Amino acid sequence: MNIIKARQLVHEYIRRDEEGNVESIQTALDHVDLDVKEGQFIAVLGHNGSGKSTFAKHVNALLAPTEGTLWVDGKDVSKEENILDVRQTAGMVFQNPDNQIIASVVEEDVGFGPENIGVPTEDIWVRVADSLKSVGMLKYRNHSPNKLSGGQKQRVAIAGVMAMEPKCIVLDEPTAMLDPNGRKEVLRAVKELNQKKGITIILITHYMEEVVDADYVYVMDHGEVVMRGTPREIFSQVGTLKEHHLDVPQMTLLADLLRQSGLNIPLGVLTREELVDAVMKIAE
Amino acid sequence: MLRDITIGQYYPADSIIHRLDPRVKLFATLIYVISLFLAKGVFGFGISVLFLAMIIWLSKVPFKFMVKGLKAIMILMIITAAFNALLTPGEVLVSFWIFKITKEGLKNAVMMTARLIFLILGTSIMTLTTTPNQLTDGLEKALRPLNKIKIPVHAIAMMMSIALRFIPILVEETDKIMKAQMARGADFESGNLLKRVKNMIPLLVPLFVSAFRRADDLAMAMEARCYHGGEGRTKMKPLTYARRDYLAYILVIAYLGVTLLLRWV
Repeated sequence: MNIIKARQLVHEYIRRDEEGNVESIQTALDHVDLDVKEGQFIAVLGHNGSGKSTFAKHVNALLAPTEGTLWVDGKDVSKEENILDVRQTAGMVFQNPDNQIIASVVEEDVGFGPENIGVPTEDIWVRVADSLKSVGMLKYRNHSPNKLSGGQKQRVAIAGVMAMEPKCIVLDEPTAMLDPNGRKEVLRAVKELNQKKGITIILITHYMEEVVDADYVYVMDHGEVVMRGTPREIFSQVGTLKEHHLDVPQMTLLADLLRQSGLNIPLGVLTREELVDAVMKIAE
Repeated sequence: MLRDITIGQYYPADSIIHRLDPRVKLFATLIYVISLFLAKGVFGFGISVLFLAMIIWLSKVPFKFMVKGLKAIMILMIITAAFNALLTPGEVLVSFWIFKITKEGLKNAVMMTARLIFLILGTSIMTLTTTPNQLTDGLEKALRPLNKIKIPVHAIAMMMSIALRFIPILVEETDKIMKAQMARGADFESGNLLKRVKNMIPLLVPLFVSAFRRADDLAMAMEARCYHGGEGRTKMKPLTYARRDYLAYILVIAYLGVTLLLRWV
């Protein structure tokens, strides 16, 4: 079943002058069709201004579509009465870890979501402990978020979403402000949630390395979905990606350069191991 | 240099006072402040001193820590004492130049200073033993009846706790902006007061811009986590009275009764 289904989704940012006349219209989403099956790990790629964050905000009903429809778990996000349900089904993690932690104690922050949806007190404690454990932050439950590293803060934010027991988590560039270690930490936590708990993940990013393990990749540019496919399919089109101002993972790039200079290396090499295998085969 | 600021100065310890419900502590502080202005005579004040001493002892907060808070109001105390001593008419004890120190003035000066000291000690024992979060929770619950006259108690409490959470973040940010500007030749440390204040203006603009951006982000993050005001909200750490809280209420009321009694006899 498709947990997320977008049909001809359009979003326009309309800028008005003081009298309310339309000054300019910027189309952030341009007739987007997109499907996500339950339990999948989806990546949405795009450079700045490609509309990927705008799409993420639609999934969480933070923005309403100008045209077209988006269904989250069968519910239309543009209907007022569905908003709280949609937000509970599809949790969202933002880019800046400091600006999404509300409380001054880790466990209280994780409890914020369940408090809002009216979970009874005893259940909140169970959920908080469970979700902190699932991101490996249980021993920091009584700490102040200000004393944590960026990666740890982001994991707390993920736990905060997990405590609402969502079916799907949208992560809007969760690693953009982190150091390489924090980035690894967060990605590991996200992958574990996907594999162990079967939570659908939509990872919005512009780091190619993070996309390699995804089940399916959408590439966006100028508000349109310009490419779609498995990471292997996407990354075998190095030229097309470059047109959309995107890089490919280093290993894919190296493989591509080797192929161009005449070596017989297959398309769509993603990891170091695959490249080593391919080169070894030629050597034999 | 800005990191030294501690707001809401909480002193972590495990004492009966720390464990009391914040509502009890708010109520007790209010009663104590009132009692200071009702107390009369040596006995009246004696009771106030005894009561405060007992609470400080129970709270396990070192007395040295509490005295720190008094330093800040030293000047205020000296001025109050001087005005009271010099300007109260009555029986003259000493007189020099145009000043006369009277018996009544001396008495008033001592009384006022003592009152101020107890006032500060009494209120600081509350902030020292209660975390800012407990305090806002306590306020929210204690003031809930005001909801009836359309005062958004929940929203105010939420704003207070978010403000407290963002103080260290904004302090850090101020530090960062200051350093960035100092690296480009800005001067925050020389010149007279007026000049220093003027130099601060280019600091405030980026700070405000970033604070608004943060507020925007935070509002969106809260909405994304289903925040929709106080309605239908449950609490992870609800405030409930234990037996010690009722006992504390009785004690505080008894204390007020004794103070009032001593006023009439």
